[in-house]
Amino acid sequence: MRNKHTSPIVLLGSRLLSPYIMVFGWYVIFHGHYSPGGGFQGGALLAASVLLIRVSGGRLISRMQLQEYVNTPLAIVGVIIYFLTGLTVMFAGGYFLDYGELPIPGMEPYWLRYTGILIIEVGIGLTVMAILVMIYDNMVKGEDYG
Amino acid sequence: MKLYKILILALFAGVLIYASLDLPYRGDPDNLMHAERSITGTPVIGNYAIQEAYNDAHTPNMVTVILGDYRSIDTFGEQIVIYTAGLITLLVLRSRRRRKNR
Repeated sequence: MRNKHTSPIVLLGSRLLSPYIMVFGWYVIFHGHYSPGGGFQGGALLAASVLLIRVSGGRLISRMQLQEYVNTPLAIVGVIIYFLTGLTVMFAGGYFLDYGELPIPGMEPYWLRYTGILIIEVGIGLTVMAILVMIYDNMVKGEDYG
Repeated sequence: MKLYKILILALFAGVLIYASLDLPYRGDPDNLMHAERSITGTPVIGNYAIQEAYNDAHTPNMVTVILGDYRSIDTFGEQIVIYTAGLITLLVLRSRRRRKNR
């Protein structure tokens, strides 16, 4: 950001909009079972709510919301959630990513599949959000120092 | 030279239009992709997904069931592709800075 002065009106408007976009992103992820949506779309919405603050506020204000070094661990956590779900099923006696064998007691196989799909959608959403924010941060950094 | 390009484009368009004449009608229930069994006698996946998606996962949106359950390893690959793309931007866009500072 070459221009250090941020417009307070734009910042106020994006501060008003950003939490609602983030809530809608989580809604799209968790409501993907019943309506169009899922991990990829919800992750893009979460990234939009984070990037709105970054675009309007600059680096000093965006540092209070989501630090830059959080991006890579968050993406790895998303991949690991997905992979560990598959691996847990494999150790419990099923095939890789066959959610019917998830070791949660007292649940029918179709509710286990329902839960497994929900878990991996959350993982996908985290990864997509972190990667989109990471691409923006890297582009801004390359421009600043170049 | 320009005439050749226009001729090649027109020829290619002709080939595509001729090929599109053989496509089946949309929504025709007698199409091969809507049949319960294919020509070789194996079950068709689309038919199975439409019939059994709700019974398998109790999820009304069958696209989610196909993406997250039947084709979950494919989705895992997609996630790793996105993750790799993010890491590559880290390599490509940040190395330029170090070279200029030297």
